[in-house]
Amino acid sequence: MKKVVLMGNPNVGKSVFFSRLTGANVITSNYPGTTVDFSKGRLCRGKDGHEIIDAPGTYSLEPSNRAEEVALELLEGADLVINVADATNLERNLYLTLQILERKIPVILALNMWDEAGHVGISINRERLEAELGIPVVATIALSGEGFHELMQRIGDAHPSETIRPMNEEERWIRIGEIVKNVQQITHRHHTLRDWLSEASIRPLTGFPIAIGVMLAAFWCVSIIGESLIDYVFDPLFALYTPVAMSLSAWLGPGFLHDLLIGTLIDGQIDYVQSMGLFTTGIYVPFAMVLPYIVAFYTVLAVFEDSGYLPRLATLTDTIFHRFGMHGFGIIPVFLSLGCNVTGILATRNLETKKQRFIAAALLAISVPCMAKNAMVFGILGPYGAGYVMLVFATLFLVFVLSGLILNRLIKGDSPEICLEIPPYRRPDPGTVLKKTLMRIRWFLQEAIPFLFLGVLIINVLYTVGFVEWLGGVFAPVIQGWFGLPAEATTALLVGFLRKDLAVGMLLPLAMSPMQLVIATTLLTIYFPCVGTFSIMFRELGARDMIKATAFMAAMALLVGGTMRLLLLGL
Amino acid sequence: MIQPVSHLETGQSAVICRLEGGFHFRKKMWAMGIHEKKIIRLVAKHPFHGPVVIEVDGREITLGRRMAGHIIVGDPE
Ligand SMILES: Nc1nc2c(ncn2[C@@H]2O[C@H](COP(=O)(O)OP(=O)(O)OP(=O)(O)O)[C@@H](O)[C@H]2O)c(=O)[nH]1
Ligand SMILES: [Mg+2]
Repeated sequence: MKKVVLMGNPNVGKSVFFSRLTGANVITSNYPGTTVDFSKGRLCRGKDGHEIIDAPGTYSLEPSNRAEEVALELLEGADLVINVADATNLERNLYLTLQILERKIPVILALNMWDEAGHVGISINRERLEAELGIPVVATIALSGEGFHELMQRIGDAHPSETIRPMNEEERWIRIGEIVKNVQQITHRHHTLRDWLSEASIRPLTGFPIAIGVMLAAFWCVSIIGESLIDYVFDPLFALYTPVAMSLSAWLGPGFLHDLLIGTLIDGQIDYVQSMGLFTTGIYVPFAMVLPYIVAFYTVLAVFEDSGYLPRLATLTDTIFHRFGMHGFGIIPVFLSLGCNVTGILATRNLETKKQRFIAAALLAISVPCMAKNAMVFGILGPYGAGYVMLVFATLFLVFVLSGLILNRLIKGDSPEICLEIPPYRRPDPGTVLKKTLMRIRWFLQEAIPFLFLGVLIINVLYTVGFVEWLGGVFAPVIQGWFGLPAEATTALLVGFLRKDLAVGMLLPLAMSPMQLVIATTLLTIYFPCVGTFSIMFRELGARDMIKATAFMAAMALLVGGTMRLLLLGL
Repeated sequence: MIQPVSHLETGQSAVICRLEGGFHFRKKMWAMGIHEKKIIRLVAKHPFHGPVVIEVDGREITLGRRMAGHIIVGDPE
């Protein structure tokens, strides 16, 4: 099987290319550094025996972060390279092209974003470029599929270049200068509204007010979409389901099976949050409480990603993030983590040093709650008043800042400065946004449902064998004495390792005061990551650093929990 | 006038005369299309020694202040 690797600068459309060639869906976004790992797929039409690999973007073959290292490793195993280049930025893209050609690998060059090149007044003479580089060159628009037919026809012609020989930096730039002069023509372009908006949103004086407005609008959108979905779609659906579940309950009669499937009836009725049965809480939590907010969050996130706003936000937050031992790019993993910590931690591969990556991953795990858990916090604390919900988030924000300041002092190593390309603003395509959101919802359901069922099952078994009481007794000094919570909350912390959303749900039957709920839900984020996050941290950081991070989390949980207890509950 | 790009006024353009700093840094800049004789414009400068945003070939790039200090520019002829 021939290994065909998609190589190119960041954000040139390699992943859109990959989806189109293989029919498999991967995440694409309008910022450099979306892909940090590789995806493999089979060519979907025409030629057999080709394996296509989507690589992270890189500017050169001298990697400067983990993601670029992956790209280089992939190139080393490639039988053929499809070099995807941004036609609107030919000169810079050719640097990597020449470096690849110097390695004598068969290459075909795709000048992607051909549509945008036309819009901004750039025309490229392809025959001339083919002659200069000595390889096939095709023009493509990955979004619409234009040029892909030609690409497929000519992929067999890809061969090592005869005209490009190894050279040094200086020679390479001179050569690129000559090539560009011969093949490219630029007609002058007027400043547009888009340019104006681009500059306004990245300059400090105008950028910060815009950022605050954008954040508020995003938050508002997520809550409106989420609430509407619950009120108009999911709650009515469950109202239809209740009679079914009730008759199942009557048919089963009391006993272990009833406890497992339906759970405890509250005042003779099913309470979807508190009953804790597989067919009650086990499906209500993921579908009616969490899913609506997952849908809302990922829709808004996709619009953010595809518009190109995130790198601008990274520029605005750069100064602050340096205090936490990272640079502004660190804000992007934070956004992804608000959906799911696993994807957030993967995105830290774009940071250059071990110190930056450790701090980023630790901060995400300790203080950025994922959407599944947030949805439950909205659902459970919301009815008591928005103030309580805000208290949770304000505390987590403080924990983020405090932990960042501390870890920056504690962890040795370099924190290099930011060096981030700002993509042009693009209008998010509704079809792409929808596809991406559906993809992420599917992942959520695949991950969530098994663990939720497992969680509900374990709770039931542990209660039956009396483990819960025993555990509550063991941890009583900390949970009761130090945090001011009921001893049974220990079980929620235990289940939190499997699913944090379910754990929040378990707090409800404990008849806590709203302030106790605030403490408990905050601690549920800080004390320990969930199993998925834990394993990805283990993989990315290694055992030693994982232990360090865990110890830090435990210390923070004790400190923050104790302080909150003093401030919110008194002695 | 010869000066680091970070000393330009916001909106001002100049020509890159040379890159200073380590070999690794210069290589990275070259790969990103920032090299001698290119026209460079300062788009934004953030306070408290924050990053600067430059534009080369119609593309904006955010750079740390120290990095920007290594890009030496002169007046366009
Ligand atoms: N107008 C236009 N936009 C495109 C084209 N191809 C891709 N895009 C957009 O460019 C952006 C980047 O696409 P990706 O496929 O994520 O880029 P990538 O090269 O995989 O990026 P990294 O994984 O970060 O290296 C997305 O917003 C795409 O929608 C094209 O031919 N024309
Ligand atoms: Mg990609």
